[in-house]
Amino acid sequence: MKATLSFVLLIVVSQFGLSQNCKNSISGQVTDYHSKAPLENASILIVGTSKEVQTDSLGNYRIEALCIGAYELEVSHPECSTIFLEVTLNNDKQLDISLEHHLEELDEVNVVGDAVSDKTNTALEEKLKLQTLELYSSGTLGDALRELNGVASLNTGANIVKPTIHGLNGSRVLILNDGVRMQDMEWGDEHAPNLDINAAGSISVVKGASALQYGGDAIGGTIIVEQARVPAKDTIFGKTLLNGVSNGRGGSLSTELTKTFGEGWFVKGQGSFKRFGDHEAPDYVLSNTGMQEWGASLQFGKHQFTWGWDVRYAYFTSEIAILRASHIGNVDDLIRAINNGQPEVIRPFTYDLQNPRQEVTHHLGKVKLYKRFEGLGKWNLQYDFQSNRRFEFDVRRGELDGTASIDLELTTHTLTTDFKWDAKEDIQLHFGLLGRYQENFPNPATGVRRLIPDYEKFDFGSFLVGEYQVNDNLLLEGGLRYDFSRIDAQKFYQTSRWNERNYNVDFQDIIVDDRGNTLLTNPVFNYHNISGTFGANYEISPGDRLKLNYTLAQRAPNPSELFSDGLHHSAARIELGDLRIDSETSHKVSASWEKDFSHWGFTLEPFANWIQDFILLEPSGVEFTIRGAFPVWEYRQTNARLLGLDVFGYANWTPAVKTEHRFSLVKGKDITRNSALINIPSANLRNSISYSIPEWKNFSVSLESQYVFRQNETPENISVFSPQDQEDVVLAINTAPDAYHLLGLRSQMEFPLGKTSKLTTSLVVSNLLDSNYREYLNRQRFFADDLGRNFLIQLKFNY
Amino acid sequence: MKTIKFLSLALVSGIFLTSCSSDDNDAPEEINEEEVITTMTVTLTPQGGGAAITLQTRDLDGDGPDAPVITVSGNLSENTTYNGSLVLLNETETPAEEVNEEIEGEAAEHQFFFEIDGALNATTAYTDNESDYVSEETGENFTTTNPVGITFTLETTDASSGTLTVTLRHEPKKPNDGTKEDAGGETDITETFDLTIE
Repeated sequence: MKATLSFVLLIVVSQFGLSQNCKNSISGQVTDYHSKAPLENASILIVGTSKEVQTDSLGNYRIEALCIGAYELEVSHPECSTIFLEVTLNNDKQLDISLEHHLEELDEVNVVGDAVSDKTNTALEEKLKLQTLELYSSGTLGDALRELNGVASLNTGANIVKPTIHGLNGSRVLILNDGVRMQDMEWGDEHAPNLDINAAGSISVVKGASALQYGGDAIGGTIIVEQARVPAKDTIFGKTLLNGVSNGRGGSLSTELTKTFGEGWFVKGQGSFKRFGDHEAPDYVLSNTGMQEWGASLQFGKHQFTWGWDVRYAYFTSEIAILRASHIGNVDDLIRAINNGQPEVIRPFTYDLQNPRQEVTHHLGKVKLYKRFEGLGKWNLQYDFQSNRRFEFDVRRGELDGTASIDLELTTHTLTTDFKWDAKEDIQLHFGLLGRYQENFPNPATGVRRLIPDYEKFDFGSFLVGEYQVNDNLLLEGGLRYDFSRIDAQKFYQTSRWNERNYNVDFQDIIVDDRGNTLLTNPVFNYHNISGTFGANYEISPGDRLKLNYTLAQRAPNPSELFSDGLHHSAARIELGDLRIDSETSHKVSASWEKDFSHWGFTLEPFANWIQDFILLEPSGVEFTIRGAFPVWEYRQTNARLLGLDVFGYANWTPAVKTEHRFSLVKGKDITRNSALINIPSANLRNSISYSIPEWKNFSVSLESQYVFRQNETPENISVFSPQDQEDVVLAINTAPDAYHLLGLRSQMEFPLGKTSKLTTSLVVSNLLDSNYREYLNRQRFFADDLGRNFLIQLKFNY
Repeated sequence: MKTIKFLSLALVSGIFLTSCSSDDNDAPEEINEEEVITTMTVTLTPQGGGAAITLQTRDLDGDGPDAPVITVSGNLSENTTYNGSLVLLNETETPAEEVNEEIEGEAAEHQFFFEIDGALNATTAYTDNESDYVSEETGENFTTTNPVGITFTLETTDASSGTLTVTLRHEPKKPNDGTKEDAGGETDITETFDLTIE
């Protein structure tokens, strides 16, 4: 409002001015903000008049015959963003103007949109648009990311979805939530990212560790979740999404409101709520698979071009019930479940969340400050705080049924600073430092031996990345990063386990207290990791682009890989870490060839990733307890190789009919043992056809077919001695389920409601044919079929 | 300038918090597993009198790597009926905790299953049911009468040898047809004993 008002005033004033002394002039030079180079052909328009001039080759301009008074100048240049300046003229005036030359640098002053700049120039990178993201408002981050080629997910049922990039997940996938690296116990298979998808404005995925500015250990990739940009004008706007979902008989509500003031001040609030009851497979209810989730965030600050700051707080809590039939006692129960073909527990539908279930709460606080130095670059300083509390409840006996079996509290403080030097047109350098302190507290009140011990972790990192625009067609980029991390833990070992692991040979010196059956130990480990990247981006001709990238990345083992020791009740397996595990090192080469013709185009993305000392968790045998035999899952290191290919193609058959085709393949091999790697996503083929008529309220409809091949390359099954049968039985724990085919439908329409408001309605049907299927990367595949048909109806109001 | 002051204050307090929380280096509290059953002892007393036979499985390190130690005190006699009773202990605690009470208090959610390998000439029968036990929830005896199996009988015929498997299931389907397959649920204890009837 304020802007409009002053605009009107300015015109009025300038009209008045006509009758006065009109022999004044404004002159000066227009230069690039960063490099100070003069800008030719910049145009300067006096708003409300037809007076417009262009700068000459030295960037000079001059406007003559101006009256005394106030004016507004609109300064624009083809490669820069337009700015408006207010000028009061008493006599001739000298006014030098600097323009922001790099559009993508303008994060802070751009208007709302999902024009996210690339995080890397040469690596494989894909973006998920806000429009697509909104369709997953009632789903999870992992569901939404599966839209992207090369991204799969490791699921525990429908609610716990861990993104898998190029075959890797967990600690190898770094999630950056609004500039903050998520510290939410990402090591566990059944730990989903703790962030509200509704708080995201856009999501980019870098497939590999090339985005060194965020971390050097993202051997799988980096997921960058960003906020929508806030416009630098005085306005208020908001959005509300309402979802109704048939499978699970639930839905979600999400709403956000942004208020911006002049001079870059803004405040933004957002909240969402989800609730589901038991989900359903085509033939039965998946008992105890409901969930409930709350998310809220508040952000405020001042964003100006030359400097700014903001503060953000985000809260996330979810309570997720785990399929009752997947909670089993021992290996016999597991064999029985595998052979049964149908879950052992099928109860009527309910919204109740019973044990086993998990409850997770995540707090994230962030303070960020930036300043731009003219002719030099931009400096950022950020502090963030995260607190992650996780409860896991098992089916327990007696009074303990209400007590969590796992109760962990992870607290992280991070301080980062970086400087981006962009004074030169063709060279950019980015340097940064990071310090982090983390503490884990496992609450002893559980009455269950700790799976993850008490520990403190210290990290220090520094990076330098740069890019060089060799000529109009070729861009080179490179970077180096060093990370130090130190973990200082206090852990109890059973003496029997200590000896079985041979720690009594290698680690006798870390025993602090020998209590007979148990030992208190103090493992302290330091890791020095180096990562680096180099790549080129070459534009052969317009619409024909080639990218090549090599990245070296090292990752220190996570606490689970080092310290896991004991029965993981919710998984009915004994998980054993190893104190001897050291950092893993990945060498990844990726390429991308993108070609666009007038009506069709394709992208080919092959990659190869060699990982030395790859840390993996796989079944290795069984141990006998009074409860029977349990499969032992052991962490070990090996040399691995991942090869893959992502293909994307599209064709615009007519202005209204369009098809898209995606194929994704990863092959994982344990080179040392010459066997297949566990949990590698199946090959996947997706084809969709869409039909849109903009005249009919922006109507569009699309049909998607997804064919998931059977994963034929899995590690060997293990065989187990069954005391009851008095013989070895094969535990088909690695056998992959059959291939499956799913059909999905999407349709959307838009209805304007007045001048600034809009209603968008969407209908999404997944598993249209209600097919029975099981997915290899769903940990509940042993127990039950995957989800049946689902209808989702979404109403979106923009105002 | 104000904002800069505020930010530096926030940063300083952040660092301060960090340094505060990092100096508690006390040893963490040791956890005694409360739910573990380390030992199951089956006592078989001949109805006509005579020495009782005990079958025991004992796993003192719980889910640790050591396998349970199984002992059978002697051989069974031909054509004899034994009164069987079960005692469950958690010996990681001192004194050892008797777990029977917990099972009795949740008798409706538990059941022992006795399975005899075909070669052993013996049969078992339940001699208790849920109504013999006091529900922990209500404080009164259960009203249902499904078998529980804390007491049972074992009747032998001719000399032979084979196995007896004793299994405790948590949350089985009740009533069931007496087989583990039908009952489902989760296994809390299972052990197979080699027995000889002579």
